[in-house]
This record gives sequence, C-alpha cells and structure tokens, in this order.
Amino acid sequence: MDRRTAIKWMLTAAATIAVLERDGVAAEGAPAAAKGYGTDPDLLKAYKPGDVWPLTLDATQLATAAALCDVIIPADAKGPSASSLNVHLFVDEWISAPYDGHAADRKLVVEGLGWLDEESRRRFQIPFVNLIAGQRNAICDDICYAPKAQPQFAKGAQFFKKFRDLTAGGYYTTPEGMKDIGYVGNVPLASFDGPPPEVLKQLGLA
Amino acid sequence: MPLITSSKTQPSYDVIVVGSGAAGGQTAYTCAMNGAKVLMLEAGRNYDPVKETPMFQTNGTAPLRGERTDEKPFGFYDSTVDGGWQVPGEPYTSASSDPERQFWWWRARMLGGRTNHWGRISLRNGPYDFKPRSRDGLGFDWPLAYEDVAPYYDKVEMLVGVYGGNEGLENTPVSPPGVLLPPPKARAGERLAQERGKKIGLPVIPIHRAVLSVAQDANTIPAKLHPNNPKAQRVLADAMRARQACFWATACGRGCATKANYQSTTVHLPPALASGNLDILTNAMAREVTLGADGKANGVIYIDKVTGAEGVVKGRVVVLAASSAESVRILLNSKSAKFPQGLANSSGKVGKYIMDTVGASLGGQVPLLENLPLHNEDGAGGGHVYVPWWLYKEQAAGKLDFARGYHIEFGTGRQMPGAGTASGLDWLTGGSYGRKFKEDARRYYGSIVGFAGRGEMIPNEDSFCDLDPSVKDKWGIPVLRFHWKWSDHETRQAAHMQKTFAALIESMGGRVRTPPSADGSKAIEPGGKIIHEVGGTIMGPDAKNSVTNQWCQTWDVKNLFITDGGPFVSNADKNPTLTIMALAWRSADYLLDELKKGNL
Repeated sequence: MDRRTAIKWMLTAAATIAVLERDGVAAEGAPAAAKGYGTDPDLLKAYKPGDVWPLTLDATQLATAAALCDVIIPADAKGPSASSLNVHLFVDEWISAPYDGHAADRKLVVEGLGWLDEESRRRFQIPFVNLIAGQRNAICDDICYAPKAQPQFAKGAQFFKKFRDLTAGGYYTTPEGMKDIGYVGNVPLASFDGPPPEVLKQLGLA
Repeated sequence: MPLITSSKTQPSYDVIVVGSGAAGGQTAYTCAMNGAKVLMLEAGRNYDPVKETPMFQTNGTAPLRGERTDEKPFGFYDSTVDGGWQVPGEPYTSASSDPERQFWWWRARMLGGRTNHWGRISLRNGPYDFKPRSRDGLGFDWPLAYEDVAPYYDKVEMLVGVYGGNEGLENTPVSPPGVLLPPPKARAGERLAQERGKKIGLPVIPIHRAVLSVAQDANTIPAKLHPNNPKAQRVLADAMRARQACFWATACGRGCATKANYQSTTVHLPPALASGNLDILTNAMAREVTLGADGKANGVIYIDKVTGAEGVVKGRVVVLAASSAESVRILLNSKSAKFPQGLANSSGKVGKYIMDTVGASLGGQVPLLENLPLHNEDGAGGGHVYVPWWLYKEQAAGKLDFARGYHIEFGTGRQMPGAGTASGLDWLTGGSYGRKFKEDARRYYGSIVGFAGRGEMIPNEDSFCDLDPSVKDKWGIPVLRFHWKWSDHETRQAAHMQKTFAALIESMGGRVRTPPSADGSKAIEPGGKIIHEVGGTIMGPDAKNSVTNQWCQTWDVKNLFITDGGPFVSNADKNPTLTIMALAWRSADYLLDELKKGNL
C-alpha cells in the first residue's frame, strides 16, 4: 500500500459508504484487462479460481486473506475452517473478475489486506498472520460492525463487511459448508411431502 | 425433417415460423402436427437441454460461486445462452437519457428462446383481463373474450403440463377437471405466510407452474388434444412418455434434462420434429419479410450467422414469433413501395403500446423460521404458492389510487446456498465473526423471506419502439430505439406492493430489511426488467387502430401472422407466457383452416 492510500485510510472520518461503493478505480496490482467466460460457457465443467481469469493476490496477501478467512469462519464441530477449503482463493477469484463492480471490490480488498497488516504492525509490531487469536480479535472487534465502528475504522469496517460476505459465500457453497449450514437438498426425491411434522409443530401449524 | 443447415432448406414451405420459444414452438407444433410443412428460423444456436443442463451441479463448482454477471445475468447455471439485457453485437438504443425512461430488452439467442430459463409461472388471464377498458375506461379491450381463449388454455395446460389448484377466486379462472396436475405442498415459510396472511386478508393459494408434479397421462391426453388425428396422437404420446415427473431438485431456470418442466425445446419441438413436418434452421437471424406482387408475404430474408451470408426462404404463410419487440423490428425493417413505413403498418401502430409488468419487491427476516429442524425445501424449483390479486372490490369502490391489480410471488426457504448466502447479515448479528458467525449463519439460513409483486401496466402513448435512425447491429440491420414511461397507476401500484409486503412480513412476526418506499417511482423496477414485454403489434376490432385481428393475422397482409406477445392489448398481472401459447394455438388453428379453404 502506498503512503497516500495509507493516509487516506487513516483519515476516513469523512468517508461514506456511498463514496466507497461508487469508487470504480482499478486497484494497485490490478491484473491487465481480462476476459470473462463469455455468454455461452460450458456449464457442465467444474471450475476453480484461476481457471477463467488470472488472479490478483501475491503470496503475502494470500496468507493474510487465509488468516482473515479463518478469523471469520474457524473450524468448529460442524465444519472445517474457511481456508482449509481454499475460500481465500475464491476471494481472489472474485476480486480478479473482469465484471462490473468487481474492480471496486478489488481495490477495497487489496487495500484492506494491506491496511490489516499495517494496523497489526502498528499495534503489535508483527504482521497479521503472526498474531495470536486475541490480537487478531482486538483488531477485528474494531472493524466488524460498520454502524458502531470508530471514525478512524470506518473504511476498515467497510472492508471487513465485504470480506466477511465473500468468505461466507465461498464457504457455504462448498459441500462441507452446505452441510455446516444445514442444506440437505439437491437430491432426487420420489415425492415432495412438505415440511415434516416437527417443523410444523415449531411453527405452531401442526 | 430435422435440424438443417441453410443449404438443406426446401424450395418452399407451407408455413415459415420466425422464432422457437413459447410462440414459435406452439405455432410450429400445431401446424406440423396437423400436416403443414413448417420451417422454423431461430437466431441463436441449437440447444439441447437433455445434454446441456447442469443438473445437480452446486455453486461451488461454478466461477464466482455461480453469482450473476453481465454475461450470465441470472447466474452461471441459468440456461440462457448468448442472451441477457445486452447481447454482444446486437445493441438497442433509448430515446431518453433519463434513468426512469429506460427500457431493458431481454433476448436469448438459443433454440427455445426464453422458455429455457423462464419461471414457469402459468396463470390464465381472467374474464376481466380481456375487457379492461369496459371496467375502468383505461387502455383497450381485446377483440375477444375469456370464453374464446378458455378452450386453448385447457389444451395448452394439458400439453405442457401445469400444476396448480382450482380455488375459484374472482377473475382467477378454474381449469376443467383433469386438466391441472396436483400442486406440491407449501414449504415452511409459505405455510406460515398462508396462515398469517389470512389475518390481513391475503389469500395464499397454490400457484400454477409448468412443471410435471406427476407424469402426464399419455394414454388419454393425446386423443383430447388431437381428435381424429391418429398420427399426432401417437407422436405426442411418445413425446409425453419421454418426459419424467419432477424429482424435486435442481432449479427450473437451469432447464431440465429429464423434461419435467416446460421448455419449447423439450415439449413443443420434439413431437413437432417427430411428425416429420418441421425443419429447424438455427443461427438464422431474420431481417425482413418479403412481399410478392400480389401483396402477400412470400418469404423471409435472413442472415446465416455462421457464414454471414444472406439467405432467402419461401413460404405460403409467414408467422412472426420472434418476441414482441423483435417482431416489431422485423416489420419495421420490411419496407416496400406498398409499405414504406414497414410491413403491415398502414395503421402506424407497429411498435406502439409496448408494455412490461410492474415489479417491486421487499425482503425481511422471520424469527419463527430460525433454527428449524433440517429438512429439504428444494421442491419444484420455484414457488409453490402465490397471492392472486385480491382487492377487486376495493378498487371498484375507488378506494385505491391505481387502476389494476398485481399478484405476489414468494421467495422463502432453505434454498441451495449461493454466493450471497449468509452475506449481509450484520443488521441481524451486530457484526459477528468467528464461531458466533457460524452459529448465526445456521440460525438465519432459511429465515430470510422475500416477496415480489407482479402487476398490470396500462398501455400508454409514451411507451413504444421505433427504428434507431443510425445504429445498426453487427449484421448491418437497423436496431430498435425504445421510448418508455410509467404512469402514476404503475408507480402507485409499486408503492402499494411494498406496503403490503411489509405488512405480510410483520404478520409473520418478522421485520423488514429496509422500510417500504412511499415513493413508487423508487420502488418500481425499470421497464423490461421483469421480461414480460408485450404489445407493439396490438390486435383490435378494425384495421385503422390495430395491427392484427383477433386471430393474430395482420390486417394488411392476410398471410402474415404474429403469434408472440405483440398482439396483446393489455398486460394483466398474469405472466404472459401461458396466454401467448393459448393465443398461438388458436391462431394456428385459424391459419390452418384458412389455408385449407384457400383464403391465404
């Protein structure tokens, strides 16, 4: 992150969400104009990040992204961590896509990852990936909810919100994530019988 | 007769049909099954849902987790090929730069057109819907009545397979016994809305959709649809037996490899091809209809999109079924000494009175639906219930500030997760992350509800299309320029929609995501966004003020028909596809009869 950008992020008291969302300028390190999958892609092939357009993040940024993914979605009894399912690569795929709106997300995420490391060094003198859980949470607590973030964290909060949404979308679309959230469909059934009795009971409709 | 290339066309056909969607599919089906030799032109590529449909693919295997993009506006797995509100190389223009006066024109360049991806909602127009002007003095009456169309609704419902109920509510027709297939049971959120909606006067009833909830009765339906035509009966019975009942997985918008829902490519075209009377020419972009010295249409000039070469096909009858706006474009581009303003346009009405559907929506979250026991809510790949327009009496009594009705469509349930699942939850969670976020994601999944209104737009003088004076597409064909304006009837209706949805969400014990807008112009979707564009070649009682008669036959050229949504003179809240098919079948019956009599 260059100094000018860093200063801009520090002085975000006046920044508004609206300004941020309209910001369509390409990020530093943005890939050259890439092509999308076209209007007639093969729908039967399985794709992974990087298959259609080149990715953006370098090794350091990816490591920070993976660490943040796991702060947002760690392993628990019902499912593995986000980075173990390569959700950080989906984030990279998303911010690298050549479609409308993605350039703004690229700028937000690339700058946000840089800011996260700077903030980490400022507070704890080491990069974000090397922080222990309590230190990571100390930073994330300041940016996890935009309406309550202090003015100096407004832009960080905007970044975190986007990153959390991407992490969730990437995670819950994997087989493990679908199981974790409780999706049990996508199987052929002989009949559709509607909600089972225990569901109707809980709704007061039994 | 099969899918062919330009070099394989016959010297002449009985009927040339331009377009292969709901209108083209139905017209070609009816003509071919009754022995007419038919050539179908389709501007897009061949498309085979049996081989190409992503059944059971999950979003994790798609680019961007399947999220919509400019190139796949309904998501990666949506069946649309080479289509959307923008088609590369095939622009259209807008007469105004005002954002509120834009029209978004959706096209799908593929065999079967938009029927491959549509929502399959199949509602009949009611008796009021054909005589709107008689009821409130606005717009136009149709030159036909519900009774004229009802037998064709019966036939189409039996042919394509439609599930639904017969509640007999006002202006919401019932189908005769044995015509509809049984509706699937309501999902949890739909059941809750049904129970709570009652208390605020909303009748939540089974919706009608073109999905086989059970297998069709291939033993009896063919004889009902094609009496005294043993060959058509045999061909249709075979085609029906090749369709499977829904197995309650895979969203309908992807298309259906097992043919359990209606799309032209799995329902209309296979039997029409099996009759031996249909040739299909794909990648054939119709440019103009040619006119003979006798004043009759005698063929179609098209661009072979593979070679770029111009081709000509000849026929005794020409049917435009290219989508209402595309058919307008073809007519306006078919200029001759007799029709300098475009073919069949002596009235000057070609392109006038285009309509879309009024659309507005509102979402919320319902605590009662949190943490429900895990269960499968995929269902029929679309809604199981809806609310038909319910305020006829209030409207007649002058208690509403808009003239026409809308119905409510439902989005509820534990749907297959996509890129947006568990995103934007911070208004509920206060910004949780970590293990708490995972608990929140499980808790709120399935508790988010959304309601969408689909309402009637009244035709007006400010909504029309003409040819852009300078812009051409990549084939050198002049493109359409759209003029658009909602009236207060539509914007006020959109505001009423949002207010109603807020009340419904609150009746379920939920809270709205954002408050309803009192300003309907903020609530309403842009014109064309609902993809129900109709009008532009309206039917009417005389040649002076309309383009076709009640048979979709142009007044000016008796062997030229338009069977897409173009002849619609109103756009009831009932989604147009079922009515397009019913009118296309009716038109084709008339066309065949006139052909036999030598009148064309």
